[in-house]
Amino acid sequence: MIVALPFGVAAAVLLGFILASMVRLGIGPTAADRAVALDTINTLVVATMILLGAAFGQVVLMDVALVYALLSFVSTLYIARYLEGGLK
Amino acid sequence: MNALIYAFLAIGAVFNGLGAVALLRFPDVYTRVHGATKCTTFGSIFSLLGVAVYGFAQGGGIGGTMAVRAFLALVFLLLTNPTGSHALARAAHRAGIKPFRAVVDRLEERR
Amino acid sequence: MRRAAEWTATGMFAFAVYLLLATFTGSLGLWAPDELIAGAVLAAVTALATGAFLWARGGWRLLQPQRWILFLIYLIGPFLVAMAKANLDVAWRVITGRIRPGIVRFNPGLHTEFGRTLLANSITLTPGTLTVDIDDGSGDFYVHWINVTDESPTPERVCGSFPNWARRIAE
Repeated sequence: MIVALPFGVAAAVLLGFILASMVRLGIGPTAADRAVALDTINTLVVATMILLGAAFGQVVLMDVALVYALLSFVSTLYIARYLEGGLK
Repeated sequence: MNALIYAFLAIGAVFNGLGAVALLRFPDVYTRVHGATKCTTFGSIFSLLGVAVYGFAQGGGIGGTMAVRAFLALVFLLLTNPTGSHALARAAHRAGIKPFRAVVDRLEERR
Repeated sequence: MRRAAEWTATGMFAFAVYLLLATFTGSLGLWAPDELIAGAVLAAVTALATGAFLWARGGWRLLQPQRWILFLIYLIGPFLVAMAKANLDVAWRVITGRIRPGIVRFNPGLHTEFGRTLLANSITLTPGTLTVDIDDGSGDFYVHWINVTDESPTPERVCGSFPNWARRIAE
């Protein structure tokens, strides 16, 4: 029931990039590298969710994407705080 | 209108891919932050602009909601992505990671 | 009095964001009546919780509408151009692998937190530069520059006219 095929194609392409970024998430030599890879993946996931929402005509997916963006930003800040040397 | 949407989606996909490649290919954490932040922010903005234009062209309740949500997500990514990457870069420097082959490091001199 | 004004401004901002999120839901114009009630309650709670922090240290200047217009002009003018250039620059460096990185220091002479935040985010998204740290006391920016041409640069050398834009928009 895909309504708009181009959005589905774009979402699939972005999914490929997420998988490519997961390579860095796996091999990254330091914890900071992994955190950067995770941050990139979060951005790509938000874009993918919104594209999928357009492809299937489901507005709910876009709500999920907005909440995901908020939570991933907070989690990035927490990880950065942790890498700096603990929560003070 | 369709051509505009396709162009936005294509630009978004290309620059997001560039971000992933930069993440894999650059030598140290700071340059990776460079590539990943700039390219994924720019690419995601164009992907979401494509959705916003699509929703706007579709009109009605669902299309309008889509356009508003995509635009809000765009603004949010534009505000939070550089902030998050700045926090990560600062954390990496405080954790003691040296920039790769740096010719100058004023932040290290300060301490 | 001042506290009440702060709460009102924060609450109105939160309510506007809620209305934007809940467009096209119902009968009362674009919104349903229960959405309006829920939005008002949530905006009041948000205002009571955060109103005291948001406008500290000169945040009132941001309520002047001519600054918003300047901000929009900045966003779709010089900023968008610089961002497109930044991406092509990263593409070129990914392909050739030609980098000469370093962390440089400069002082753009900004004093408010909004101005510094705006300039730091702009620097991060424009060609070849990434803000690593800001000295809160002196206002020094420490910037990771991917292609160092000058070890003690002036602000214009690193980020062009952006400090002037940040000063006009936020200070």
